[in-house]
Amino acid sequence: MKGEAAPYAARGVLGFAIENSGACLAAILLGAIALAAALAPLIAPYNPFDLSSLDVLDAELPPWWREGSDPRFLLGTDAQGRDLLSAILYGTRISLTVGVLAVAIQAAIGVPLGLLAGYRGGGIDSLVTRFADIQLSLSTLMMAIIALALFRAGLGGDALSHYAVPLLVVVIGLAEWPYFARTARASTQVEATKDYVRAGRALGGSSFGIVWRHILPNILSPLIVVATTQVAGAVMAEAALSFLGLGMPVTKPSLGTLIRSGYDLIFAGAWWVTVIPGLVLIVLLVSVNVLGDALRDALDPRLKGR
Amino acid sequence: MLARPKLGLCHDYWFAADPMISIKALAGALAFIAHRLAQALLVMLAILIIAFAVRSALGDPLREIVGEAVPEVERETLRHKLGLDRPWPVQLASYLSGAVHGDLGTSLIYKRPTLQVILAKFPASFELVLGASLIVLLLSLPIGIYCAVRPRAIGARLILGLSVLGISVPVFLTGIFLITIFSVWLGWLPAFGRGQTVQLGFWETSLLTLDGLKHLVLPALTLSSIMLPLFIRLVRGAMLDELGHDYVRTARAKGARPLRVWLRHALRNALIPLVSVGGLQVGTLVAYTLLTETVFQWPGMGFLFLEAVTRSDIPLITTYLVAVGFLFVFVNTLVDIASLMLDPRISLEGTR
Repeated sequence: MKGEAAPYAARGVLGFAIENSGACLAAILLGAIALAAALAPLIAPYNPFDLSSLDVLDAELPPWWREGSDPRFLLGTDAQGRDLLSAILYGTRISLTVGVLAVAIQAAIGVPLGLLAGYRGGGIDSLVTRFADIQLSLSTLMMAIIALALFRAGLGGDALSHYAVPLLVVVIGLAEWPYFARTARASTQVEATKDYVRAGRALGGSSFGIVWRHILPNILSPLIVVATTQVAGAVMAEAALSFLGLGMPVTKPSLGTLIRSGYDLIFAGAWWVTVIPGLVLIVLLVSVNVLGDALRDALDPRLKGR
Repeated sequence: MLARPKLGLCHDYWFAADPMISIKALAGALAFIAHRLAQALLVMLAILIIAFAVRSALGDPLREIVGEAVPEVERETLRHKLGLDRPWPVQLASYLSGAVHGDLGTSLIYKRPTLQVILAKFPASFELVLGASLIVLLLSLPIGIYCAVRPRAIGARLILGLSVLGISVPVFLTGIFLITIFSVWLGWLPAFGRGQTVQLGFWETSLLTLDGLKHLVLPALTLSSIMLPLFIRLVRGAMLDELGHDYVRTARAKGARPLRVWLRHALRNALIPLVSVGGLQVGTLVAYTLLTETVFQWPGMGFLFLEAVTRSDIPLITTYLVAVGFLFVFVNTLVDIASLMLDPRISLEGTR
């Protein structure tokens, strides 16, 4: 891996940036979106959660480049007269929060299981691998839809909207841990045969100490690649669930909810209410995926183009 | 059911010239099929038990029959009469015996047997998936093969780049964009429903009228858009693997034309992993179909399921779960048996 990184170092940062122009663009876009989402309360012109500030007379105003737009609302308004720009900023914030927290849960379950399976091997290994296979064959999105649908049918829509964030995080988080477990397991198996691990064992280090302090830091890079693509998957799953009405409620909209609530307006001609949040979501997902692909190629050039 | 099948049990005999050993191979294949069928039955039983648990936890079967307006005393007698106060193993047994006879409860919304309600919606979902699969199959095979045999061509790289984009766009957004462009702006194609349908026995089809076909175009395109990049990559990867093998070089060396080598030799072997990966995608396909049906208000099973969820029709919801579970088990069993048939190393008839 060092040998592959060296040519970049020789050509300097600029050479690297030109070689990976797509990835750099993706990183910049992603950084901008994440920053805007993080700073939403500071930079959003309105508070979209404050229902008292809405005026129905402002409803369905077009964005700035179209006739009849209002300078107060840069990207126009939705059916309730909510400023679309503010709603998108806050929506991105919610989408990213759910996505990142869900991936944190996936990692918290998957990484320890993968380390354990990879280091111990034997019965534990086959058990973890078996469970991972079963979990993966069940399709995340379908499981998430079923779980949230049962919650909604059992406890009602109000309960669902009240607990939407933790529910989404847990449901998406529980469903995809095998990706982390698989990567952690495979990398651990490679590391466990190396001299530093044997040395650690010979010096009388505990298994836990060796795995936690020596192996884990060495397998972080493939795990980071997995985390990147998983964030894209989690954000997409959240958007899909919210679009189905099984995720974030209209009062606290994520990008998926915004797309859903603007959908009916397409036929009334107000396409921007749903198309603009949709474009933001696509830019976000494409950036994360391109960045993930580039990271994977950089870490393992043999996989390039796969 | 979920681990890759161990085909090894037949592998050992593939080179056999002795007819006795071919019979052994056939017996091995039959034993494998029987084993898979037994597994499938067990998984179905587990799904039914889960459905029963969900039903008991979330729904009140009495409501299905008499509604809300009956006084509590009468409810108690009815409950006793219907056996709802019996211990749960007895109830589970009666649920399972009902399921075997095709009775999974009565829908609260439609006041009809749930299985009947769901099966009536099956043709709509099936035709949508059929349309999308045709598009995926017709496009992913040639494009994937092209990307594998000309990996460095600009076209191949462009297609791979675009496939990242394709994977990144959520299926419901593809649908919304297609509707915005082709229905709202251009007015070429209808945006929702199945259009005019024809009744063929129990099967309601939209494939036989021009209006029905027009309605199918956008939903099928939408559903295929999410599977297409995935399958192009799969075909490309599997083909690349096969093209690296010695037998491809041998075939070329003895003078076979490239097209023949690609299609007759490499593709046939590349299809085996494709079939099994395709089988694993059933759950995902059901989820994407549900999303597509929601965007286009396509009156299929997914659309029905969401209606059941909004109106808390527990029997209909659990029946949908059983139906999807059945589909999952059915396709996976079929795929495992199909990969056994497709693998040229196994000869079922004893002739090679």
